[in-house]
Amino acid sequence: MDRLELVCPAGTPAALRAAVDAGADTIYCGFRDETNARNFPGLNFSREELAEGVRYAHNAGVKLLVAINTFPRAGEPEKWHAAVDDAAKYGADAVILADLGLLAYAAEKQSQLRRHLSVQAAAANADAINFYVDTFGVKRVVLPRVLTVQEIAAINRQIKCETEVFVFGGLCVMAEGRCALSAYATGRSPNMNGACSPASHVVYREEGSDLVSKLGPFTINRVKRGAPAPYPTLCKGCFSAGGYEGHVFEDPVSLDAATLLQEFAKAGVTALKIEGRQRSRSYIQTVVRSFREATEAQAKGLPIMANELKRLTEGQTTTAGAYAKTWR
Amino acid sequence: MQPAIDIVAVPAPVRLFLRPLPLLPLRLMLERMVLGLIRRRPGLFARLDHHAEKTFLIDPLDLPFVFRLKPRQDRPTVEPLRRGEEGMFDARIAGPLGALMGMIHGAFDGDALFFSRDIVIEGDTEAVLALRNALDDGEIDLMEEAAAAFGPFRPAIEPFLKRATPIAERVTGLPLRRVDTMQF
Amino acid sequence: MTARASLTLGPVLFNWPADSWSDFYARIADEAEVDRVFLGEVVCSKRSPFYEDRILEAAERLQKAGKEVYLSSLVLVTLPRERKAMKELAEGAELPLEVNDLTMMRYLEAGKAFAVGPLVNVYNEGTLAWLAGRGARLVCLPPELPIGSVASLAAAGGKAGIDTEVWAFGRVPLAISGRCYHARIHGLSKDSCQFVCGEDADGLKVETMDGEDFLAVNGVQTMSFTHASVLGDLEALEAAGVTSFRLSPHDCDMVEVARLFRARLDGRLEAGAAMERLGALLPEARFSNGFLFADYGAEMVEKAERQVA
Repeated sequence: MDRLELVCPAGTPAALRAAVDAGADTIYCGFRDETNARNFPGLNFSREELAEGVRYAHNAGVKLLVAINTFPRAGEPEKWHAAVDDAAKYGADAVILADLGLLAYAAEKQSQLRRHLSVQAAAANADAINFYVDTFGVKRVVLPRVLTVQEIAAINRQIKCETEVFVFGGLCVMAEGRCALSAYATGRSPNMNGACSPASHVVYREEGSDLVSKLGPFTINRVKRGAPAPYPTLCKGCFSAGGYEGHVFEDPVSLDAATLLQEFAKAGVTALKIEGRQRSRSYIQTVVRSFREATEAQAKGLPIMANELKRLTEGQTTTAGAYAKTWR
Repeated sequence: MQPAIDIVAVPAPVRLFLRPLPLLPLRLMLERMVLGLIRRRPGLFARLDHHAEKTFLIDPLDLPFVFRLKPRQDRPTVEPLRRGEEGMFDARIAGPLGALMGMIHGAFDGDALFFSRDIVIEGDTEAVLALRNALDDGEIDLMEEAAAAFGPFRPAIEPFLKRATPIAERVTGLPLRRVDTMQF
Repeated sequence: MTARASLTLGPVLFNWPADSWSDFYARIADEAEVDRVFLGEVVCSKRSPFYEDRILEAAERLQKAGKEVYLSSLVLVTLPRERKAMKELAEGAELPLEVNDLTMMRYLEAGKAFAVGPLVNVYNEGTLAWLAGRGARLVCLPPELPIGSVASLAAAGGKAGIDTEVWAFGRVPLAISGRCYHARIHGLSKDSCQFVCGEDADGLKVETMDGEDFLAVNGVQTMSFTHASVLGDLEALEAAGVTSFRLSPHDCDMVEVARLFRARLDGRLEAGAAMERLGALLPEARFSNGFLFADYGAEMVEKAERQVA
């Protein structure tokens, strides 16, 4: 069986080199502005860094994708258009887009540049995907993390493009690209600003034996000293509702679908995506190396062992997420 | 990669030895290192952006002093201060020296250290993130920076550092050098 | 485009008993001063069977009362039966559709007029133009947009000859998930949810650990705790080019809510008095207009403190 393509994140040139050296097949990154969905302080690539990154990746036979997956702001599309144009100019192998208008722009102005559909577009069924394929010539879709493996297999039987699925890292419980929770508490959202629960609005405070995390004016969590610290992503906070107290939306766990690689391959998936452009080069190297080994085993039809990556993750526990139907 | 749980504290005898040390020579040494670092890695400031105007308190919990870092491009300062004399800061990053050094050297992942609460952050979270990301991209090796800080005396001091560092790493358990090939 | 701003009654987002649903629309048909009404299940396909056989009857009564009627599509389409239902909705309907997911673009006949719901990502002129080219006649903008973006888009909408609508009243839909939170809170799985979302006609309140009112859960949907209200801001929004205002149904006197908005739009009622009366209609509610005018969505700013774009 063909080895699944390993698509790896890079938030900095150092992380890009770490991912390439650790065995990535493809790298994805973004420009240092709000055109991408990991617009975090100190992260991402200048134009020069991208050009250098493309050279480094291509020398190693690795592809480089540029995520331009926020929604251009009304009245100022130029920044997003420039990102598409520059991705083409500096030799990126594809752009990852979510916005209809931007897809239309890229299909018209940079028609030779391969277009992938971002998870932010939330195309969750075969008809939606085929709409993007037929209308904008999309070659690959990153599937939303709300589907089971069986549903993914069914989609692959009915669509005319490749699919990429998340295998490891942070886990959104909401349909991505359709969530304004962060904007409700902070005014900044993934769709508009490329950041969910941005650090600029996060405050940690020790209160007695509790570590309290606040997002904007709201208390998102309160954990006892010694318990794993959650990043105050709104949907992973502790709340109370209807007599229930705890993680109303999602436990602070991370996705790890390593043991499902054979099933993904059988379901017709082309590529595996590792989340985490905000993580360090150390994390990238460790996770990429582990998944490279896992895909080698998958290609040989060998069983894939559960990995030891848990302690790197938020909540320090992992889940197969929506890929198993029980998650719902 | 070494698991977060392997972080060792600075041994008590070392701490005792450090306690009475005069801080001025340490400061001069650190500032020379930071200046050299800035000269060689101007990209650091593009990543730090306006957070270069902030004041960071680096707090190795197993040392008898803390470091107040002002990463100004023209004149960076790194002041070692005794506990209780920290003064004002925008953001504080606290944890065992081993965790902080391991993060700088790429041996540990900052987020993982945070999730496991081996490091604690306080104050301006965005500034901490910018600093962390800038340092991570910098691929810094403090031993190289230390050797460079000796300027004309570097050739004299470097062979000694090269020999002493691995021994010091073994004795203290601290990640004193950049990790290029991590063990998994 | 009409000179007189119009009022839209959005689809009922909650799981109401079928009889209450029918009674609600009967009263809307007979009494409410709204220009158009959207009908159908948006949030969870499992709820549809309870009232789908009543939709055409309600539509007829609303049309007879002079209201424009649209049929709303689902916001998240994943299951085969959901795709089938949406395809049938697009192909069989004599009424125009409200598109709440771009899956519908696959089924809609080219050139057929439709409305775009607030859960479709229309953030910029490029997207608006593309949708207008495909037949969109009314676009309700995503509720998280600030006034500056609304003004830009309304200008573009005006040029394209389509109505630009904003979320004007009601809890704001903030997120949609594959997972049902109502079921999760009650310790049930989504597949055997026992329709517990039906217990909360306006959604189930979510509080922070410090007891602050924060969000509301509506099955697979997460909403704001606050009720959005732009009752005090209609002049600013009309000046920005907005031509339609969406009222989202709640378990309160919606006829009176519509009357307040109509009176304000017609210049027959002052902002302060209108907001006071709205508050009296919903004594438990807290209002917000922060997405449009403040630093974050949950805030409420009075006109005086507001920086008009």
